[in-house]
Amino acid sequence: MKVSLRVNGRDLTADDVWEGESLLFVLRERLGLPGSKNACEQGECGSCTVYLDNRPVCACLVAAGQAGGRDVVTIEGLAGPGELDPVQQAFLEAGAVQCGFCTPGLVVQAHALLSRTVDAGQPVPGDAEIREALAGNLCRCTGYEHILAAVRLAAARKAGAGQGGAGPGEEEQQ
Amino acid sequence: MDFLRPATLREALEVKAERPDAVPIAGGTDVMVELNFGMRRPGALLDLNPVGELTGVDTDRDALRVGACVSYTRIIAELGGRLPGLATAARTVGSPQIRNRGTVGGNLGAASPAGDMHPVLLACDALVEAASVRGTRLIPAAEFYTGPKRSVLEPDELITAFWMAPAAAPQQFAKIGTRNAMVIAVCSFALCLWPHGRPGSAGPGSAGPDGGGPDGGTGRVGTGIGSAGPRPLRAAGAEEFLDGELAAAGLWESRGPLPEAAGRRFGELVAAAAQPIDDVRGAAAYRRHALAVLARRTLTWAWDSYRKEAVA
Repeated sequence: MKVSLRVNGRDLTADDVWEGESLLFVLRERLGLPGSKNACEQGECGSCTVYLDNRPVCACLVAAGQAGGRDVVTIEGLAGPGELDPVQQAFLEAGAVQCGFCTPGLVVQAHALLSRTVDAGQPVPGDAEIREALAGNLCRCTGYEHILAAVRLAAARKAGAGQGGAGPGEEEQQ
Repeated sequence: MDFLRPATLREALEVKAERPDAVPIAGGTDVMVELNFGMRRPGALLDLNPVGELTGVDTDRDALRVGACVSYTRIIAELGGRLPGLATAARTVGSPQIRNRGTVGGNLGAASPAGDMHPVLLACDALVEAASVRGTRLIPAAEFYTGPKRSVLEPDELITAFWMAPAAAPQQFAKIGTRNAMVIAVCSFALCLWPHGRPGSAGPGSAGPDGGGPDGGTGRVGTGIGSAGPRPLRAAGAEEFLDGELAAAGLWESRGPLPEAAGRRFGELVAAAAQPIDDVRGAAAYRRHALAVLARRTLTWAWDSYRKEAVA
């Protein structure tokens, strides 16, 4: 079957889609977007996290046909060409990347957390909230401390940019 | 395989009547795992996402009617105040990504004994609304599950909603697993206090559209056991014991402290009601032990909250 959907702001159509395949397979193998990673294929690891109609989901658990006519944003679409989203920048600076396999999913999920908190005028999320938000994303290199640091850094920067207030360093008090 | 995408409930029911082999898919958190791993090759998938009638929440009547495809994220955000037990259970499901997609209707459709919603549905006398081109029926949760991943749902039926009375007093849910996310329950337990009688005790349908809600009678305790039997179970003996203890001591009215022995005995009776097996997630003996602890613990939490409500 044919599946037409909007991905990273572009209207795309995938041909010859098998009815039982996942959105993740369509993105990676049919639309040339390999940023979302394929690991567990059962929603356990979060490596394939993408936005579906503005909500982060595991792309491996969305049937390709279910994404028809809907809006998908992947790691490739978080920032313009040659640019980095503040979350991506923070992951780089904090050294939150080891083998890199879990990174796209973690970045999208962290992006979603900050979108509905700091970007929406809510307080900077504390560590408990960050951990809860990232509970479905596994890093098998176990680099969680640096990942937490990256999310704190991105949150503090966004808060600082948004309100001219809290700078880096204050976020740990939240 | 066919991919069927009805736009309305009417159309979905007609499709299901014509194609009983079509597997309904909403959040996909169970169905897609089976497809990804080649464990299932249904003749067709029936996408319920476009069916708007399945995502509504109706609060106009005594009991709440919650559409089968309302996500766990919405249950937590929108219904946490009125259905606190269900929201507590929903918070333990998977991860944020899973809760954005997973639905109570899917939990019911899969009918896994380990499904996190089942204990609360049992403890609240929830009704499962099933529809087909032949009509709509309401099935008490206690009669819905028939065995591991089996229910009374007919091949031409779709789960369209569930009906649940708003909480009248504290409700609790607890679950045992290896970590705080992405866990299939080793065992789980729900406890709901009904100071004015159970929603279902006024007869079938009383938690539903036509019912009068609670029977206005004496206080009752609702229970539900998950992942410790071939299907989700009620601990009827434990409920009966505790109902008797609370009534005899007049504790519903006095809101006095719960005797420690009663809590312990309640836990023992819950453990006795379970029918666990040894499997990859845990041993039967461990499940029984853990259930006794969970039952005592949730009762203590709920009863302490109930006592504080009086002060507040």
